[in-house]
Amino acid sequence: MKKEPPAKFELRLYVAGQTAKSLAAFANLKRICETHLAGEYSIEIIDLTKNPALAAGDQILAVPTLVRRFPEPIRKIIGDLSNEERVLVGLDVQPLEG
Amino acid sequence: MNRKPPLPTPATLPKSPTGITGLDEITGGGLPRGRPTLVSGSAGCGKTMLALEFLVRGATQFGEPGVFMMFEENARELTDNVRSLGFDLDQLVAKKKIRLDHVRVERSEIEETGEYDLGGLFLRLGHAIDSIGAKRVVLDTVEALFAGLPNHAILRAELRRLFRWLKDRGMTAIITGEKGEASITRYGLEEYVADCVITLDHRVTEQICTRRLRVVKYRGSAHGTNEYPFIIGERGLSVLPITSISLDHRVSAVRIPTGIAGLDAMLGGQGVYRGSSVLVTGSSGTGKSSIAAKFAETACRRGERTLLFAYEESSEQLLRNMRSIGIDLAPWVKKGLLQIHCSRPAMHGLEQHLVMVHDLVLAFRPGVVVIDPISNLTLDDSDREVKPTMMRLIDFLKKLQITSVFISLTSDGTATSATEHSQLGVSSLMDTWLLLRNVEFNGERNRLIYVLKSRGMAHSNQVREFVLSDAGIDLRDVYVGEDRVLTGTARVAQESQERAAAGLRKEDHARKLRQLAAKRKALEAQIVALQAEGEVEEAEVTFVIAQETLQTSATQQNADAMSDLRGGVKSGPSRTKGKR
Repeated sequence: MKKEPPAKFELRLYVAGQTAKSLAAFANLKRICETHLAGEYSIEIIDLTKNPALAAGDQILAVPTLVRRFPEPIRKIIGDLSNEERVLVGLDVQPLEG
Repeated sequence: MNRKPPLPTPATLPKSPTGITGLDEITGGGLPRGRPTLVSGSAGCGKTMLALEFLVRGATQFGEPGVFMMFEENARELTDNVRSLGFDLDQLVAKKKIRLDHVRVERSEIEETGEYDLGGLFLRLGHAIDSIGAKRVVLDTVEALFAGLPNHAILRAELRRLFRWLKDRGMTAIITGEKGEASITRYGLEEYVADCVITLDHRVTEQICTRRLRVVKYRGSAHGTNEYPFIIGERGLSVLPITSISLDHRVSAVRIPTGIAGLDAMLGGQGVYRGSSVLVTGSSGTGKSSIAAKFAETACRRGERTLLFAYEESSEQLLRNMRSIGIDLAPWVKKGLLQIHCSRPAMHGLEQHLVMVHDLVLAFRPGVVVIDPISNLTLDDSDREVKPTMMRLIDFLKKLQITSVFISLTSDGTATSATEHSQLGVSSLMDTWLLLRNVEFNGERNRLIYVLKSRGMAHSNQVREFVLSDAGIDLRDVYVGEDRVLTGTARVAQESQERAAAGLRKEDHARKLRQLAAKRKALEAQIVALQAEGEVEEAEVTFVIAQETLQTSATQQNADAMSDLRGGVKSGPSRTKGKR
């Protein structure tokens, strides 16, 4: 799933275990990225149940949380990312289909 | 500070002591162990301080590490803010006694889409708890989440789950909340945290701000229900608890001198009891402060630590003025036996001020506390709060066996009946009451001192004149007689008059004795003369008798000779008397 390092969009998805919500979030994210950011993104998945210390770094409260690490400023989208439109607004990405 | 709470603690509900002065007394031992407590109040009323002190004391005094999860300040700000109170959070964090976690929620950064939960927060908190083995948790203030997360339905459900989760993990927690318009907290957190609710409040009356604390609810435990004033002092939070419910403080039979010999003599010759309270009242310039200073100096001489609160003079001024009447306090200040605190009490408000007194007393542990004057503690004479507050202070000092001297200014001490009025109604709380009065007579003012009462000892009912000079304080007997009391120069004049009269009488006596001696001598001489006269008379009488006897016998002999010559009969009587 990872592209070359200088990805245009550096995304990080925080989840807490393999819950229905995390799985849904990942599936939704994958779909949106492939549709609108094909070849321009990288996704890193962090499971906080395995690595709770990482939650503080990006100020994670809610799970799942998608963090746009790059480009700045950092933006966060919480929830299972089921609303594509809002995810795109959150990521500040123009939808390809006008 | 007090480890033994006065309220009965039911064995059924375990408690976690907060270590906050006074709060453990009100709650009967602390907050409910293993349960969350809600602390609510408006901005700036001390919620964070209370929560943090609970954590710091837990970590340092009760061996319970704690996690402080903050939603508003960051760790740096918090650390800086509490350093002034003597809490070194950096060190505690380094020692793994405390863990700070700043949760920042920025509404503008967050977009919401679809289902979520606060699992991240749980995991963070859980991780923090596990990393130091925490027993205490503070969430300050979790309400910030309401601003950051738009979906309140999820948030409420998650908070409910969070508090449940804290309980399940056995965490003694404080959750702070902003005071709401009509409810205890703005977002109704009290719905979820039902075990113990404490509200904080600060009010401004007469331009003076007072903080107050109240335990609204404490499930399964008795607790004080009143509002208690508290302050955030130099050593953290102090709640001024109620007066001891029972009058059960230990009393001492030890007497300590006041340092003024004449006054000790009035108080049964030994001074006042240790741990008792002494009230000195009088109008301006009657020498109240001097008595207090002397008392303080004497205590220092005994080696007792003394705390002096001066509300009218600066410390320098006080030292100088007392030196002028032979009371040198400066060496004791240097030695650390005497602490003088000068301030304008009205700047703080009564309660806050008395909490400060509490704090200082607990830190310094003095044997004697002098407050000069208590009448300055309030601007408002009709302040009804003064009496209970003073009662708390007096009880507090008594409990610690601290001898206390309270000075009170009376408006004008010309009539005894008026004095009671201006005592802030505290005279009944005092063990010993000294009344100083000015007497104006004969073109001068003089000071008089009375012992109005002194519990548990014989004390003089006499008035003494109170003399301040550069040699110190002295009490003189006043001249009482002819329906008046003479003091000052009138007394001196009267005394010298008496002295003169006494001298004269002495002369008179000597003269009388001399006269008597002379008289006796004269009498003796007379006796000798009479005796001599008697002797002369006796001699004369003897001579006459002898002469007459001689004549008689001669006559008889002549008669006998004649009768012999005549040969006649001898006369009888003459014969029988005559010698053979």
